Amino acid sequence: MSQYQVKAGPEAFLPPAAASMGVILPDPGECHIEGRIAPEEEGYEYAARKFLEAKVPTIFPGPLVLWNWNENATKKAKAIRALADALPARLIPMADYRPKYPKIDAEAEINPNHPNLTIWHNKIDVCIFVGVHCHQANLALKIIRGGTDCFTMAMCAQAGHEDACLSFRDASVEKITKLMDAVNKLKKEGVKSQAESFVQIKMTSSGRVA
Amino acid sequence: MNKDKITLCEELADIMPPEYHELVETATYGKEGRGWKDIGSSKELIEQHSLCAGCPESIAFRYILASLPAPENTVFVGSTGCTSLVFPHVAVQNIHSLFGNQNAIASGLKRTLKRRFPDVEKDVVVLAGDGATVDIGLDMTMQSWFRQEKFTTICFDNELYANTGGQESGLMQKGFVAKMAPAGKNFDKVRLPEIAREAGCHYVAMLTVSKPNRVEKAIRQAVMIAREIGPTYVQLYTPCILEIGKQSMEGLDEMKDAESIGGRFVMKEYISDQAQQLIDDMEAEEKAKKKAAKEAKKAKKPVSA
Repeated sequence: MSQYQVKAGPEAFLPPAAASMGVILPDPGECHIEGRIAPEEEGYEYAARKFLEAKVPTIFPGPLVLWNWNENATKKAKAIRALADALPARLIPMADYRPKYPKIDAEAEINPNHPNLTIWHNKIDVCIFVGVHCHQANLALKIIRGGTDCFTMAMCAQAGHEDACLSFRDASVEKITKLMDAVNKLKKEGVKSQAESFVQIKMTSSGRVA
Repeated sequence: MNKDKITLCEELADIMPPEYHELVETATYGKEGRGWKDIGSSKELIEQHSLCAGCPESIAFRYILASLPAPENTVFVGSTGCTSLVFPHVAVQNIHSLFGNQNAIASGLKRTLKRRFPDVEKDVVVLAGDGATVDIGLDMTMQSWFRQEKFTTICFDNELYANTGGQESGLMQKGFVAKMAPAGKNFDKVRLPEIAREAGCHYVAMLTVSKPNRVEKAIRQAVMIAREIGPTYVQLYTPCILEIGKQSMEGLDEMKDAESIGGRFVMKEYISDQAQQLIDDMEAEEKAKKKAAKEAKKAKKPVSA
């Protein structure tokens, strides 16, 4: 039997869990690219290239980096903002995990129970999850792979995600910065971002300001 | 959770939707004397709810969340049922337990929190329906009271299994015919408040949620007594308007009828002597604070010529 590849969808209404298809998680120092275990350095370049090729590259920061619950969260948030600026990429938050259908503003936020709405609405073709708790990330990644053609990536603080098309493990400020460095390196080599121009949404307690 | 941790990372704050900014800026975490009167003037700790339109449980949730003495240091333990649909929308730490296990989970949690945070008062509050509290989980509920576990148990009594279509429950009234119990109930409503008193609860209250000030007082007292003395129990009548054939607007009337003289839910309280002493002390302290504040205000007033 040939090895199952975790490719961008749409795969099926209920895509199989990649783990059940024999995809394993990377060991420390490794990543997985479409189900294949690879050295982490290869992953940075692959991810950077995917991002730069995308029309709507998007970063989905989760509660672990949006809420200021420890010093490391603040540092990660800074690194994520720097990565978004370097690409450039949209930042769309997954602020919590409650179901928000049908109230969700799909342009400005994403929710793990129906992430496909945000992907479809914004026509996102490449995304990365950072700071999302594993079980919610797994749920969202499967739904996205099932119903959209978005290439998914996950910067996981634990052991990685088989259900992402590309996954890093043991996320840290250094690793987010390494991904940014890979983007800058490719840019220096002449690879241009294919991203469509956009205005980053900004909000306050009184509503959207940009 | 510490109140200081309810802030946003500055670098990404501007991408957060308004409701999260409001939660940080105007919610009443850490506010002394918080209560139901904050509703409308501050951010509530419930964003939306996924219950039926007009469901009294949603009112109960709002009053309870507004009345907790320290929501930032409270953990709810819930169980399967209509209440479990709401917890994802609540900005207080919560755990969903296996059906009926809520008081066992809460026992372990309370003891662990006590050991992990010896200098902080962490409140544990069980909030479950009557099926989880009285039928499937009665063993766990009562054993926690026998052991004098220091947490509050709140039961949302809608007198049947509403979430699954209207099966008979122990708290259902005698003779009631439900959709999934067509023969009618053959025995009386379980008298859990009396059982709670005999099982060792230091504070027991049974009431409806038609009057927010009553709910606030009951919840506040229950949490404070559980913190200092031992187990407490609050049974709130939150009728399932769908299962008793009422319209969305009729939930409040149903509760008012049920608490009027001769009704099933005329408010009752049982308070142990020890708990009464604590309540008296708390009230005296509150009075002294108000008096001091009044005098301070008076002293600040400029003397007119």
